[in-house]
Amino acid sequence: MSYLKEFTKGLVKENPTLVTLLGMCPTLAITTMASNAIGMGAAATFVLICSNVAIALLKKFIPKQVRLPSYIVVIAGFVTLISLILQAFVPAVYDALGIYLPLITVNCIILGRAEMFASKNNVAASALDGAGMGIGFTLALLAVGSVREILGSGKWFGMPLIPEAAQEAIKPMTIFVLPAGGFFVLGCVIALVNKIANRKPPEATGCSACPNRESCISIEKCDNTAENGEKEENK
Amino acid sequence: MNKLFVESSPHIRSAWTTQKIMLNVIIALCPALAMSVYIFGIKALLLTVICCTSCVLLEFAFNKITKREDTISDLSAVVTGMLLAFNLPVDLPVYMAIIGCFVAIVIVKCLFGGIGQNFANPAITARIVLMMSFAGNMTKWTAPFAWKDGVDATVSATPLAAEKLPSLSDMFLGFRAGCLGETCIAALLLGGLYLMFMGLIRPATPLCFIGTVAVLSFLYGGCDVNFMLYQLMSGGLILGAFFMATDYATTPLTTKGKIVFGVGCGLITFAIRQYASMPEGVSFSILVMNCLTPLIDRFTAPTALGAVKPKKEGKE
Repeated sequence: MSYLKEFTKGLVKENPTLVTLLGMCPTLAITTMASNAIGMGAAATFVLICSNVAIALLKKFIPKQVRLPSYIVVIAGFVTLISLILQAFVPAVYDALGIYLPLITVNCIILGRAEMFASKNNVAASALDGAGMGIGFTLALLAVGSVREILGSGKWFGMPLIPEAAQEAIKPMTIFVLPAGGFFVLGCVIALVNKIANRKPPEATGCSACPNRESCISIEKCDNTAENGEKEENK
Repeated sequence: MNKLFVESSPHIRSAWTTQKIMLNVIIALCPALAMSVYIFGIKALLLTVICCTSCVLLEFAFNKITKREDTISDLSAVVTGMLLAFNLPVDLPVYMAIIGCFVAIVIVKCLFGGIGQNFANPAITARIVLMMSFAGNMTKWTAPFAWKDGVDATVSATPLAAEKLPSLSDMFLGFRAGCLGETCIAALLLGGLYLMFMGLIRPATPLCFIGTVAVLSFLYGGCDVNFMLYQLMSGGLILGAFFMATDYATTPLTTKGKIVFGVGCGLITFAIRQYASMPEGVSFSILVMNCLTPLIDRFTAPTALGAVKPKKEGKE
């Protein structure tokens, strides 16, 4: 298993936001400004690396039946850590992220990586996986956040892009800062990434087409229910 | 003719083509356009022409780029452009109108598969996007006949929010501030009746839409006929009810469904006007009901002739 591959797969091929569509809540909520995207991405990457490492270390001690609550507790610990650090050293970012900072605890990317990767791999691979996924998440947020900030408020990282003389004539489209614009931009970015990656729409849907299929724990159970579902439909 | 044609159904075709229907809608919109030029000056015509041209060009370009069949000759893009222009204030900057055309044609219509495939009315959606994006410009109304006095952009509130109301006859003839094509009730009614007479729209939706708003406003205003009439003639109610809520692709097929659609539009319009923070709710109500249309169609689908309804369990 190549360690480099564990790192790079999160950037584009299995990008958590644009390919597996995990963590939609922070993606849509905080991408109104590019700087928010960086803040959220950095915080989530930190939590992701730490929790992946911790869970990879603890995987032998966590009973399978209570693994999800255990993961959440581990993740919540790191989220508390990062939010206290942010509050102390960068209060501006802390204020901008608001409720979405504690909500990193329930970000499905982090729980997803714990369940799908860290609980089955060694510490080094898990750390690299966490870093790759975190950076992929950050890049996706940055792309969506930049488009929304530029079109929606005419700024980028807070710098006004429209010259003052033209501000009367050219107005930014407020809808891109609103939730509707968030969905729209996210859809366009996903379409663009699919185009760049030359990804065709999957012929099959459901579990058999899932990009995380190989690393999925419950794949056998899932395949069975999918087959049953098809049988019932055929009736 | 000694040829034998073998083809699949439908075998009976009406003489109505999409092009003819759209041409008739354009004719029906013409009185309102003429009145808006009279009320708001030549700028109204200019904005309408700009909207129509950009809609047609955008559709042409999209079909060329995506290598689809060219559909601009069916005139539906012209109708969309006209309806969009009718929903804009006359002094809106041109680039905003063109953004609206882009939303209507490229995003709402072509990306969903072109004419007949769109789930929402393109002009309505474009208006809402513009409203959300450029709230300041979209609610900057021009007073009627400002062009005659040579005054530029006299701002005047729409009657729904104004304190001093124009007289009822002025409202009927459209001598009030508002969007370009929505003001002249007389011309819009003329156009709507023409479409009904030609059999192109069914009366169910507009009647239920306007009727619901009328009844609710009458009760809300304490049985005040005046209040009700102002509610009916202000905003885009008549334009929306006759020309937007009767769009084929985005409204229910059956009469029962059309009634549900109209009543739903009326309820939402009334609720937004009286209880929400916005003065006008016609466009939002139509968009919401557009989204519900597949559901309405499903619940009002007629049973086929001779079909036996499946019995509910536990019932003899």
